[in-house]
Amino acid sequence: MDNFEPKIVAFCCNWCSYAGADLAGTSRMQYSPNIRVIRVMCSGRVNPLFVLKALSIGADGVLVLGCHPGDCHYIEGNYKTMRRIPLLKKMLKQLGVEEERVRLGWVSASEGAKFAEVTDSFTQSIKNLGPSSLGHLKQSSKEVKHG
Amino acid sequence: MAKLKIALYWGASCGGCEIATLAIHEKILKLAEVADIVFWPVGLDFKYADVENMADKSIDVCLFNGAIRNEENEHMAKLLRDKSKIMIAYGSCAYEGCIPGLSNFYNRQLTFDRVYIETPSTENPKKIFPQTKVKVPEGELELPEFYDTVKTLAQTVDVDYFVPGCPPEEKTTWLALEALITGKLPPKGTVISHAVKAVCDECPRKKEEKKIKKFYRPYEIIPDPEKCLLEQGLLCYGIATRGGCGALCPQANMPCTGCYGPVEGVIDQGAHFLSALSSIIDSNDPEEIQKIIDDIPDPAGTFYRYSLPDSLLRRARIK
Repeated sequence: MDNFEPKIVAFCCNWCSYAGADLAGTSRMQYSPNIRVIRVMCSGRVNPLFVLKALSIGADGVLVLGCHPGDCHYIEGNYKTMRRIPLLKKMLKQLGVEEERVRLGWVSASEGAKFAEVTDSFTQSIKNLGPSSLGHLKQSSKEVKHG
Repeated sequence: MAKLKIALYWGASCGGCEIATLAIHEKILKLAEVADIVFWPVGLDFKYADVENMADKSIDVCLFNGAIRNEENEHMAKLLRDKSKIMIAYGSCAYEGCIPGLSNFYNRQLTFDRVYIETPSTENPKKIFPQTKVKVPEGELELPEFYDTVKTLAQTVDVDYFVPGCPPEEKTTWLALEALITGKLPPKGTVISHAVKAVCDECPRKKEEKKIKKFYRPYEIIPDPEKCLLEQGLLCYGIATRGGCGALCPQANMPCTGCYGPVEGVIDQGAHFLSALSSIIDSNDPEEIQKIIDDIPDPAGTFYRYSLPDSLLRRARIK
């Protein structure tokens, strides 16, 4: 397991965390290359369904990053995320999925260094957990229909 | 016009769907005018061989209810698919896995341990479990293999239409049958129901802003008969469930449990409900949020009551 490189999906909100990731990049900060960033308009747009979908098609971990509480561009989108992720984790645990595979974090547009740090520490924790056992699910005809 | 040939069969189910097919009342006479039932083990004496001897695609429609949990269910689903022009997943079990699908929180061994050892009314000191083959003086007997994971019909064979409900309401059943009788068939893959919108759309209760400080289980409160049940803290699944049933449960003071499956376009009903439900929790404080969430003792079982096998994760991972 020494050379296990996890696949990590990071949902970043357009207004804070994606800009934070951008800042980390333009400042040439080093961070682990395991993450695949998906930009969403708000962390509140991240339906738990997206997280499950990512896990079911091969992600070893999912990071949801949004504006700090109080800073949401849409005023309270990130509060919705703050309420969803704990319930999602509780449900994942019941389904035999380690709750550590999903992490919620707050990264502002000026926090390039924090973005790099969160990415590194999450990657490390997923490396410690090992590969996810969910990534081999086949699609049924109905799921194909719905795309 | 030659009469339609209809087959009805059941997989892992409770039998409620069989009754639901009869709940079309006097319309059954109309059905009998235009259709012959060629296979229906619950109502009439048929054998497997009768189906095996039919020509391929000689049955016009097969209404298959029940999930796929053992070898026999799978064998019959495949056989009936070969023999039928149209395959309909009738009822929540065939459509999404439903209550039998909840055993996807366990596996075969855990299920057997529970059923044949742990249940209080069971005495089984020799720990005898069902075997697929057993020798008796008269020869060898076979039982179908019991699978680890319950599957939906569409995960087993190609399905043309889905009829939701646990069990489907009379009018939903008739909507499907009428389409078949008149030949006005919807596009393949359609979930046949009167509504594509959520149950709330049909629910007459008064709806205001949804903000929840505490969740209750139905026995803990006597709900206001006029007000939205979800707003009163009951886990009413109407917001994430396809309508078409007429919102019967909320009108009888019971929260919707989600049996009509997801609304159009949603692939995972449980995650969708989780999303809608948690966002209306009335708190911005992580600790308080955690406390409110603690009032939901079994989120996975509640959110996936009818759809665990059809969900994105399909089953719990057993260590």
